[in-house]
Amino acid sequence: MNPLSSGRPFPDAARDALDNAQLRHNLGAATATIRTKRAAVVGEVPDWQQLRAAGAAIKDDVLANLDSYLLQLEEQVTGRGGSVHWARDAAEANAIVTSLVQRTESTEVVKVKSMATQEIGLNEALEASGITAIETDLAELIVQLGNDKPSHILVPAIHRNRAEIREIFLREMPAVDPSLTDEPRALAEAARRHLRAKFLAAQVAISGANFAVAETGTLAVVESEGNGRMCLTLPRTLITVMGIEKLVPTWRDLEVFLQLLPRSSTGERMNPYTSMWTGATEGQEFHLVLLDNGRTATLGDPRGRSALRCIRCSACLNVCPVYERTGGHAYGSTYPGPIGAVLSPQLTGVAANKTLPFASSLCGACYDVCPVAIDIPTMLVHLRGRVVDTKGRTPERAAMRAAAWTMRSPARWTRALRALRVVRLLRGRRALPPPASAWTRSRELPVPPKQTFRDWWTSR
Amino acid sequence: MKVALFTTCLVDGLFPDVGKATIAVLERLGCAVEFPLAQTCCGQMHVNTGYPREAVPLVRNYVETFAGYDAVVVPSGSCAGAIRHQHADLAEQAGDARLAEAARERATRTFELSEFLVDVLGVTDVGAYFPHRVTYHPTCHSLRLLRVGDRPLQLLQAVRGLELVALPDAESCCGFGGTFAVKNADVSTAMLADKMRNVLTTQAGVCAAGDASCLMHIGGGLTRLHAGTRTMHLAEILASTAASTE
Repeated sequence: MNPLSSGRPFPDAARDALDNAQLRHNLGAATATIRTKRAAVVGEVPDWQQLRAAGAAIKDDVLANLDSYLLQLEEQVTGRGGSVHWARDAAEANAIVTSLVQRTESTEVVKVKSMATQEIGLNEALEASGITAIETDLAELIVQLGNDKPSHILVPAIHRNRAEIREIFLREMPAVDPSLTDEPRALAEAARRHLRAKFLAAQVAISGANFAVAETGTLAVVESEGNGRMCLTLPRTLITVMGIEKLVPTWRDLEVFLQLLPRSSTGERMNPYTSMWTGATEGQEFHLVLLDNGRTATLGDPRGRSALRCIRCSACLNVCPVYERTGGHAYGSTYPGPIGAVLSPQLTGVAANKTLPFASSLCGACYDVCPVAIDIPTMLVHLRGRVVDTKGRTPERAAMRAAAWTMRSPARWTRALRALRVVRLLRGRRALPPPASAWTRSRELPVPPKQTFRDWWTSR
Repeated sequence: MKVALFTTCLVDGLFPDVGKATIAVLERLGCAVEFPLAQTCCGQMHVNTGYPREAVPLVRNYVETFAGYDAVVVPSGSCAGAIRHQHADLAEQAGDARLAEAARERATRTFELSEFLVDVLGVTDVGAYFPHRVTYHPTCHSLRLLRVGDRPLQLLQAVRGLELVALPDAESCCGFGGTFAVKNADVSTAMLADKMRNVLTTQAGVCAAGDASCLMHIGGGLTRLHAGTRTMHLAEILASTAASTE
C-alpha cells in the first residue's frame, strides 16, 4: 500500500473515526492543549509576522534554485567525508537504504522519528529484507509496538491516551515491569529502559532531517527526547533520508526556522535537542539519501508548489476543525490534516488522492497559523479544480454547468429563483434523494419564501 | 454616495428578509440604496467545488453590474471574501487582464455589511432595539478572509435592549463550508454538533452571524433538534426597532 494514499475515500474513513468516542475525546483534549500553548508562545514574539514572511521567502528562494542548492549540498557533504545518494522515488530510496544496511551486516537499525522514511514505507521495506527497524521516539515506539499507524506529524500517538499506552507496553515490551502504572513518568521510564539497550547495541541509525544547509553541508535534526542525539552519535553508520525541499541556503537562515519551528510545533520557545552534523565523523560513515518522490512534480505546479515550504510543524493540524474530529488515519496518508490534504495529492498525483482536497470546510485557520505562510485554503481550491479535471463527465459537472448557465443570465436566474418555491412542497420531508439527503440527515432544509428578494424589490 | 446592494444568491432566493433588513438599516442611516436587477451570484460555489472556469462569466456579470457605484454592500462575509480574494485571480487564470483589473477595482469598493457600517459610514449605533439574549458566531470568512474583527460586536453592543453573551470557542468553524456540508456530511455534522452545543450553553434565544449560509447550517441543525434557539442575520437584528419588535 502506498503510504501516501490508502485508496479509501476520506468521507468513508472519517466516518469510522467520528464514531469512535474515545478517539474524539483524546484528540479534542490534545489538540486544544497544543493550540493554547502555541498561541501563547507565538503571541509573545513581536516580529512573528516578519519571521513568517522571512521563512516563506527563504523557502521560496530554495524552491526557485533547488537545482543549484542541491548540487552545492552534495559537494559540501561529499567534501566532508559523507556520501550522497539520489532517489527518484520510494522504491529507489528503499533499495539504497537496504543495500547500505546490508553492507554493514546488521539486522537491526535504530531510527530517529522521520516523516520521509514513513512516506516511503522504509520500515516495511527493511523488514522484507530481514532487517528490523526500531523507532526510538517515544510516540513512534508506542505506534510501532501497537502495530498501529501514526496519526499526527509531530505527535504520532495523539490518538492514544495513557491507559491505552500502558496496555500496549504490557503486551508488547519485553521485560517490562508487570506492575507498570499509567503515570507519564513510569511510562517514559519503561520506554527509556527498553530503548537504552537498543541504542547501545545498534551499529546503524537511520534519520530524517529537518534542515540541510547548502552552504556548509550541515544537517539538522530537531527533537525533544534526546533519542535523536543517541541515534545520530552512537552507531558507526548513519543514514539520513531527506526530502529535497528541506534545504536552506545558508547557516544564518537556520536562525529564522529555529524560532518558527518549536513555537509552531510543540509550543516551546526553544527546542530541547537540536543536533547538527557536517559530513562524517572519523571512524564513522554518513550517507545522505536525497528523496524526490513527487517533489519535482509538485514544484511544476506554480499554484501548488508553495506546499513544499512546509517544515512539518503540524500547527495546521492542531487548529483544523476537521482534523480535530477525524484524527490523522482518516486521511490515509503519512501527511494528514490541512498540509496533508494539499501535499499528499501533489506527491502522488491528484488521481491517486481525489478526496483529500475536499476534506476541508475552507475555514482558513490553517493558513493563519502556518509559520511559512502556505495559503492552504487557496491551494485546496486549486487542487479541487485539478481533481475535477481528471473526472470527465459527471452529474456534478452537469449540475455546476447548468447552475452557471442559469446564473450567467439575470432573466434565467430570476425565473430559477422563483421556481425555488416548489421546494416549499418538501417542507418537513427528510427522505430526499442524494445529494439533498446528505444535508437533511442532520439538518432541516430551509423553506423557500413565497416571494424572492428581487420580486419584493420590484414590487416595492 | 451611490450605494448598491449585492444581496447574494442565497439571500435573494431563500432568505429575502436578510436583504430587506439590510435595505432597512442602510435607508435608516440615510443611504439611497439601489438593487441592480442584473446581479446573480459571486461564483464561489463553483470555484470552491473545483469549477473555476464556470465562475468566470459570473465574475464578469458582477463587474459589469456594479460598475459606477461608489460602494457595494454585501450582507455576507463569505461572498464579499470571494469577490475580494477570488474574482481578479479567476479573471487572470482565464487570461483576461482587463477583467482582472476591473475586478480588482470592484473589490476595493465591495464591503461586507459590518465593514460598510463601521468603516465607511462610521456608525456603530444604528438605532436598533432588540430586547433579547443574543450570542454571535463570527463566520470563518468574515473573520479570516475579511478580518472584520470586532466590528459586528461593536454594532451588536450598541443595540438597545440586547444582551450579548460570548460564544465559547466562537472562532471554530460551524462545519458548513459550502458543498463540504454535503460531500463530507458526517464531519460537517460533527462540527455542527460542537457549534450547537456551544450555542446552547450560552442560553441565548438568538444565534446571530453575518452569513446566511452559515446560519442556514446552524439553524438547520437547531431546528432539527427543536432546540428553541433561533438564528438571525446581523442585518435583521440591526433592522429591528421598538416599532418592529413585538
